[in-house]
Amino acid sequence: MSTRFAAAFAKPHPALVAFITAGDGNTAANLDALVAGGADVIELGMPFTDPMADGPAIQQANLRSLAKGTTTADIFATAAAFRQRHPDTPLVLMGYANPMTIRGGDWFAAECAKAGVDGVICVDVPAEEDPELGPALRAAGIDLIRLATPTTDTARLPAVLNGAGGFLYYVSVAGITGQQQAAQASIDEAVARLKAATDLPVAVGFGVRTPQQAAEIAKVADGVVVGSALVELVAQHGDAAAPHVEAFTRTLANAIHSAKEIAA
Amino acid sequence: MTDAPTLPNSLRSGPDDRGHFGQFGGRYVAETLMPLILDLERHYRAAQADPAFKAQFDYLLKNYVGRPSPLWLAQRLTDHLGGAKIYLKREDLNHTGAHKINNCIGQILLAKRMGKTKIIAETGAGQHGVATATVAALFGLPCTIFMGAVDVARQQPNVFRMKLLGAEVVAVESGAKTLKDAMNEALRHWVANVHDTFYIIGTVAGPHPYPQLVRDFQSVIGDEAREQILEAEGRLPDMLIAPVGGGSNAIGLFHPFLDDTDVEIVGVEAAGEGLDGKHAASLAGGRPGILHGNRTYLLQDEDGQITEAHSISAGLDYPGIGPEHSWLHDIGRVRYEPVTDEEALTSFQKLTKLEGIIPALESAHAIAAAERIAPTLGKDKIIIVNCSGRGDKDIFTVADALGVKL
Ligand SMILES: Cc1ncc(COP(=O)(O)O)c(C=O)c1O
Repeated sequence: MSTRFAAAFAKPHPALVAFITAGDGNTAANLDALVAGGADVIELGMPFTDPMADGPAIQQANLRSLAKGTTTADIFATAAAFRQRHPDTPLVLMGYANPMTIRGGDWFAAECAKAGVDGVICVDVPAEEDPELGPALRAAGIDLIRLATPTTDTARLPAVLNGAGGFLYYVSVAGITGQQQAAQASIDEAVARLKAATDLPVAVGFGVRTPQQAAEIAKVADGVVVGSALVELVAQHGDAAAPHVEAFTRTLANAIHSAKEIAA
Repeated sequence: MTDAPTLPNSLRSGPDDRGHFGQFGGRYVAETLMPLILDLERHYRAAQADPAFKAQFDYLLKNYVGRPSPLWLAQRLTDHLGGAKIYLKREDLNHTGAHKINNCIGQILLAKRMGKTKIIAETGAGQHGVATATVAALFGLPCTIFMGAVDVARQQPNVFRMKLLGAEVVAVESGAKTLKDAMNEALRHWVANVHDTFYIIGTVAGPHPYPQLVRDFQSVIGDEAREQILEAEGRLPDMLIAPVGGGSNAIGLFHPFLDDTDVEIVGVEAAGEGLDGKHAASLAGGRPGILHGNRTYLLQDEDGQITEAHSISAGLDYPGIGPEHSWLHDIGRVRYEPVTDEEALTSFQKLTKLEGIIPALESAHAIAAAERIAPTLGKDKIIIVNCSGRGDKDIFTVADALGVKL
């Protein structure tokens, strides 16, 4: 695991994992706002024309970004500049297989390493297709972050964990981003099951929109992922979104960071 | 990149057990769908081994779809072109008017086997949507069809048909609002409803095992054509021609002939306004990438963003192609040729006037290729063209293109 991930999940409180889409709004300012607001891990979404696993909020963010002409080179430049400004905050690129593999997995892994990216989440490369990206990323010292879902049964879990790094991302609902919220009881049960199977930190995402929800999840998980709710602020406020992003991030971070104390 | 195909003697033994045809195919889906895809594969294997499944499939094809579809010697078209003899495989005469129903019958039987209670599908021209709505009605299962908003506008008769059949039609407003976006939306719906929903994919695309099982269900086209041409001519044809959208009617005709190396095989891609303009020819104008669950040739930019396809034919208006076609292209077993909107429109009218058969615009692409090729071959040569569907659904589009007000 990268040392930045190790440090982020060794903090005395659960982690806020915050997502925004690269090239949507003023990305550099929004990334700074996430860090200033208390996010522990940043996920930077790579826009794709066909975001099959995303709901309307992130779909629109993808299209807004691409309409502005965002390229893969721009995204790596954004990541590299972030790494300059924030040497310690773990940065994850999240996206779809085609933009990540179009120049080859080795090329992508090398660019990630150059830009100071710590981990990669590829939505549509399941464990079965690991050769597409996994070997290249691991060789370059980049953590491949795998997804587990409510449909990932116990028999399948070892395959999902094999080659996984960084943290395990538990997708709490069978569905797309930004829509339903999962029942807390199902999250508690799933996190317990996952933690019994891996030493990786477990972060829970999909459908988490409010500080209250985030705090509930943070009582059992090592991290909470919030995406669509942040992306919607960018949609609403455009280039002037940073202060709103920072304020909302702070309410999320406060809720998550204090969740275990309240529970205790 | 991936394992070499395990094809010592036969071109028909793919895909390998991970769903790859050479470097193409595979299972590029979200983890949520992965267990379901594996489950589907298990059920499909069991169905393949079950004589009762095949018996039921054959019974429905015969008595509900009306198979076998005729192999028609298009004598007037042949005389007009003055070259090779042209036979039409009349998939347009199937119930619902296209080859799409063959696959839908197979998949709904699988859905029943798996205990799924809801059906979804994507559609472009509406032919697959109509075929899916039809089998859903036949089996009494609720059905939702995802269709790009642009296609909803240009295929109104089929939209109404689907609704009459009891399906809900969802007009998809994202992206270019055509087939690719309909498939995205169907996948989004599926991922949220995996527990009770079966996704009937309409072509030889999507994650493994779809390209394989759709091909197997459509291979009835080629199996019949082979038998029919042997009966009519006492020999195999010299050439097969079929239009390629995702490639299901084409692979259905081609697959039983792949090992007959004397049979030339031609797939026809939609060249739209021409290959230097807007088109849907993924092999001629694309390169390998990953979309909708498989690796295949795609229309895309240098960053791997998918570009919008264009064809006058909604059923060919897709920026990808089934992975087995990508492989057949790369190994050179099948030659793929482009045909433009304009050429297809001309052939649409020509076949109608010469043979009294109004072909689907998709099928008209194959007719156009036959018109180009037949005169270059001797009169002793035989070509089978897949008339994949009938053109009633297209009369508004054609009238519009010809400047006729209906
Ligand atoms: C009549 C007809 N032919 C061909 C196609 C193209 O699909 P495929 O390439 O899967 O056969 C369609 C698709 O809607 C169709 O309706």
